[in-house]
Amino acid sequence: MLRRALRLGLGPGLLGRGLGTHREGSTLAWDGKVSEIKKKIQSILPGGAWSPLCDTSHLPPEHSDVVIVGGGVLGLSVAYWLKRLEKQQGAIRVLVVERDHTYSQASTVLSVGGIRQQFSLPENIQLSLFSVEFLRNINEYLAVVDDPPLDLQFNPSGYLFLASEEGATIMENNVKVQRPTHFSRQEGAKVCLMSPEQLQKKFPWINTEGVALASYGLENEGWFDPWCLLQGLRRKVQSMGVLFCHGEVTRFVSSSNHMETTSGEKVTLRRIHEVHVKVDRSQEYQPVECAIVVIAAGAWSGQIAELAGIGKGPPGTLQGTRLPVEPRKRYVYLWHCPQGPGLEAPLVADPSGAYFRREGLGNNYLGGYSPTEEEEPDPGNLEVDHDFFQEKVWPHLARRVPAFETLKVRRAWAGYYDYNTFDQNGVVGPHPLVVNMYFATGFSGHGLQQAPAVGRAVAEVMLEGRFQTIDLSPFLFSRFYLGEKAQEHCII
Amino acid sequence: MAAPRASLRLVAPVWNGGTSGIRGLSRAVDPEGSPRKGRTLLRFLADRFYDVEAVREYLLQKQVLKVLQKNRFQDKEWMRPNGRGLSGELWKLREVPVEAVDASGCAINYQGLDNLLALKELQSLSLQCCPHVDDWCLSRLHQLANSLRELSLAGCPRISERGLACLHHLQNLRRLDISDLPAVSNPGLTQILVEEMLPNCEVLGADWAQGLKLGPEEQTRDTASSPIPA
Repeated sequence: MLRRALRLGLGPGLLGRGLGTHREGSTLAWDGKVSEIKKKIQSILPGGAWSPLCDTSHLPPEHSDVVIVGGGVLGLSVAYWLKRLEKQQGAIRVLVVERDHTYSQASTVLSVGGIRQQFSLPENIQLSLFSVEFLRNINEYLAVVDDPPLDLQFNPSGYLFLASEEGATIMENNVKVQRPTHFSRQEGAKVCLMSPEQLQKKFPWINTEGVALASYGLENEGWFDPWCLLQGLRRKVQSMGVLFCHGEVTRFVSSSNHMETTSGEKVTLRRIHEVHVKVDRSQEYQPVECAIVVIAAGAWSGQIAELAGIGKGPPGTLQGTRLPVEPRKRYVYLWHCPQGPGLEAPLVADPSGAYFRREGLGNNYLGGYSPTEEEEPDPGNLEVDHDFFQEKVWPHLARRVPAFETLKVRRAWAGYYDYNTFDQNGVVGPHPLVVNMYFATGFSGHGLQQAPAVGRAVAEVMLEGRFQTIDLSPFLFSRFYLGEKAQEHCII
Repeated sequence: MAAPRASLRLVAPVWNGGTSGIRGLSRAVDPEGSPRKGRTLLRFLADRFYDVEAVREYLLQKQVLKVLQKNRFQDKEWMRPNGRGLSGELWKLREVPVEAVDASGCAINYQGLDNLLALKELQSLSLQCCPHVDDWCLSRLHQLANSLRELSLAGCPRISERGLACLHHLQNLRRLDISDLPAVSNPGLTQILVEEMLPNCEVLGADWAQGLKLGPEEQTRDTASSPIPA
């Protein structure tokens, strides 16, 4: 029994006389233990390496009610409306996890910054209308004590969509949907249809060859500075008490519940309990216990959804339905044209898919072109292809505006669309199987202009359980499984 | 129409009682105009105590909402002919189309413009020194494109060249005054671009040579032309 006690490594006081005889087997392990204990005591004493209070300020908190993955304009908008619509001040603890605090690849800041109501779906029109009202009164919504008011640099110059013969009937139908008769509040988009002759008279620098109809937004359309909106949201949201974390989501820890529907079908419902947030440039991670997760990660939402296990299942079932959002690279070019269109130029969208707008007072113009499926560039990096401008963009521009035959490209950049390959419209609302996950992503190039309204809609679904102001049921995740496309025809 | 077309000039003085309060309000919201010492103490306290911060935010929200309410009230006055002041005359003349409106110094804002835009025969509009008229308001003026001949925006602190770009709808405009707009970044260049945009309009504003500096030859000529008698 004494030998057993020795093997267990009990203190030397109990051994007493027996120590010398049992040296070989146990003393080496015992010596090691003594030196370990000595090292620990030395580190605890002042001057040593251990400190009882470790600095965890770079880590996110251990618990949070809502974790929003992605700190771009959509994520911040959801955070803002959550804090604004919560029943009691400080009731909900929100954490925004953003991987890159410089926003170097975020779609928000690389965007051309346009806002329009000329869409084909009524939900898109309502989203844009509310967002424009938000932007107009931005200093009432995002006022922070002691900070200067925001200047969005909004250009109310409108959008001009040109349609060829084939597109003319679609455009006419769209304008009927956009105008006030379809809305009970007598609000709608102020859009006027123009024939080629009227177009030529109004904008003499346009070549109307091939144009059958044009729709021109007169009010509440134009472009603004997205960086200003982002910073305004950020500082307001920080003043409301939302926590920010600089890190990357690497894992979701969830639990499953096997249940049966009323018709006897087996369903597996999952609930996420923890989000593992990895700190930048380190292996350290923090498991954040949360009640709700919101995916607003833009172009990388598809990857985050896969981490959460969405799409892992036999194809054709609800479990096997992936989130069809992937990054698509789009180029934007800035050029100078001394004889170009004047101050009145709206954002012109050609039927071929090329678009341009003025930038500033110095006859500089911004524009681009959405490539077809076959010509899609590789979204691995954000390198600009200058030949794309020469071959694809310039011919269309020069045909539409003859003054653009002489121009000089000054700068170019590339950004991602969080492209929804299913129907190019956003994914909003809860997931049917993962009960505490919500989406606010997949807007395929018109996310910035709908962000304030979408943020409010997601906050309403999370707090009240259903959409209240704008009904976004056509944008729920379940449409991917049911095959119901909410197709938007007016995509630039 | 039996009565001769009298050009009604509706002037703002009835509402001046309300405007000074609003101008004081905008000064409070804008931090530059307030006394420095009081502000730094409040800021110091707000940075350290949650309660002070919450109270300040609440007061700020109240102030911001107050501006909105005052404007709405004023606009109802404008529309209803049986308000105070000019009520008797307005009632008799309500069939007469309004041709000119002088809203200088008036605290009219985006919603308030609804009332002006309802005047479909308006020929002359003066929005001089209106503190809340900004680019968004200018984008609404296209509804007056058929009749508006004269527009004055002098001295409005919130109008920039981006708002001036949407004046191209007003093709019947013959006189436009865009002088003294502090928010316009490049007044000379803006003047040229607006003149190109509205070829039939006489644009009063900044002198196009305002932003230009004298070249070296002209500078020496200047000093030579004013010799001090020896």
